[in-house]
Amino acid sequence: MRATFIRTLGDLAERDERILFLTGDLGFSVVEPLAARIGRRFINVGVAEQNMVGLATGLAEAGFIPFVYSIATFASLRPYEFIRNGPLLHNLPVRIIGVGGGFEYGTAGSTHHALEDLGVMRLQPGLRVIAPADFQQTATALNATWDLPGPTYFRIGKDEQTVVPGLDGRFELGRIQRVHPGHEVLLIAVGSIAAEVVAAAAEVTAHGIACGALIVDCLNPAPIDDLVAELAGCRLAVTVEAHYVTGGLGSLVSEIVAEHGIGCRVLRRGISRVPDGVSGSERYLLDRHGLSRAAIVQATLGSRELIIG
Amino acid sequence: MTSAQPGTGPGFMAPTELARQIRRIILQQSRRAHVGHIGSALSVADLLAALYGGALRLSTPDHPDRDRFVLSKGHAALALYAALHLRGWLTVAELNTYCGDGTLLGVHPERALPGIDFATGSLGQGLSIAAGAALAARLSGSSRRAFALISDAECNEGAIWEAAMFAAHHQLSNLVVIVDQNGQQALGHTSEVLDLSPLENRWRAFGWDTRVVDGHDVGALVETMRAIDTRSGPPRILIARTVFGAGVSYMRGQVKWHYLPMSEEEYQRAMIEVTGSPPQ
Repeated sequence: MRATFIRTLGDLAERDERILFLTGDLGFSVVEPLAARIGRRFINVGVAEQNMVGLATGLAEAGFIPFVYSIATFASLRPYEFIRNGPLLHNLPVRIIGVGGGFEYGTAGSTHHALEDLGVMRLQPGLRVIAPADFQQTATALNATWDLPGPTYFRIGKDEQTVVPGLDGRFELGRIQRVHPGHEVLLIAVGSIAAEVVAAAAEVTAHGIACGALIVDCLNPAPIDDLVAELAGCRLAVTVEAHYVTGGLGSLVSEIVAEHGIGCRVLRRGISRVPDGVSGSERYLLDRHGLSRAAIVQATLGSRELIIG
Repeated sequence: MTSAQPGTGPGFMAPTELARQIRRIILQQSRRAHVGHIGSALSVADLLAALYGGALRLSTPDHPDRDRFVLSKGHAALALYAALHLRGWLTVAELNTYCGDGTLLGVHPERALPGIDFATGSLGQGLSIAAGAALAARLSGSSRRAFALISDAECNEGAIWEAAMFAAHHQLSNLVVIVDQNGQQALGHTSEVLDLSPLENRWRAFGWDTRVVDGHDVGALVETMRAIDTRSGPPRILIARTVFGAGVSYMRGQVKWHYLPMSEEEYQRAMIEVTGSPPQ
């Protein structure tokens, strides 16, 4: 996704001189081709994320469209107040690119696991929050939003191969994408975990339950109308995210269900434990936190009584 | 000067008189609104008079190629409002909304107010923004500059030094920073809270063209600022030696005037010192 993002951005930047790329000294083996393509509009600002966002604020005020790039934790949490008081308060077209949601930086350890970026970004009403589900959708989402007014946060993954079945790269700001039929139970996913969630929906369906799958790729503006329409027809919604259970997709869906008086139960799957230092591959960590495909299927089937009663 | 009102623009007022009028407005509005930050605003009155009375290239507050100005020590915004008013960009009626309900003139400056390039208030963020503004000018091939006014205690913030490294590395010669070095911060003297000395050596070590200036000699400040060649060389910093509360004798160097509002008696005394006569 990140290589696709960089390549797509290079295509856009060659056509539009306003695009700048700032990196906090990250992106080894990924961002170099962009540097070769856009020359002095590629700036390595050093390991200084607060300054990077401050610079982007001054650049955007003068008419540029700066993309600032780092690992998701460092792009979102470290300069959070700079984002708030800069691009947000001034409604400027700064693009914050956070690479590696959830456990994508696996063995790099807790400091590199972005488990709350979507939540903290989503609570800023003026910030678009986009988390593509695969590399194809990454390109579509960037092409659809790069020149919109106001700031955007992109949470993008590192996988350049996995394709979410049925998604075909579709993206519409403020909408959801339905990728698997079925209305009795809905599995709802955000980000790179989506492909596994769709596979889980197919497995649940094989157990005789009509289990659909939805991709939420944009948490702000929230796809409220689409979710209301989908949730109103289901008995159980299971949200799945490589993120803390609070603040992200699970919270969004719960808010919508409560606020619209929808009679479906919500089961939030996500990370709910404090990091304890145990590390490993992304797959290992997702499994450890109950986010493997098998765990999602099991949790959904185990909640059958919620939809029968 | 197209939007300046007759008789109010700096063309009609020497920078020293501009400074005196800025102080008068600071006192009047602080008293009317019954709010503090008076000492901080008085500390920068002469610096803002030099900037808005000659140094900044500003025809109108929204001209795309105007110099950008960031009041990074946003808590001195009242001094900036006064300068904008004296340039003819804020009416008396607008000024009189200061700290009222529904105003755009709060204690810290908001972008929504014409004449304010960047909202500030959280210390340590303005220098990065000014560096971005300077870089934008360079990338666009524009001769506009970026000026930032920071406080000495603001140099406690690590982000100031992130921006300092960036600006020097990229030789942002069109970036000019002024430090209001009044030696005080909210709860005490900087030397006691978190010692910054020798401040000029620290900036020099970061690669900046560093000069120490008298922050209350308005005429000399205008000359110094105008003489800076912003076309080449490292970024510039003027360490302006100032006195907290300058212009009002009983506020000079008194930490408590960071927050306290004035009583009526204190206001009378202050106005006599600044304008030569009691308030009307």
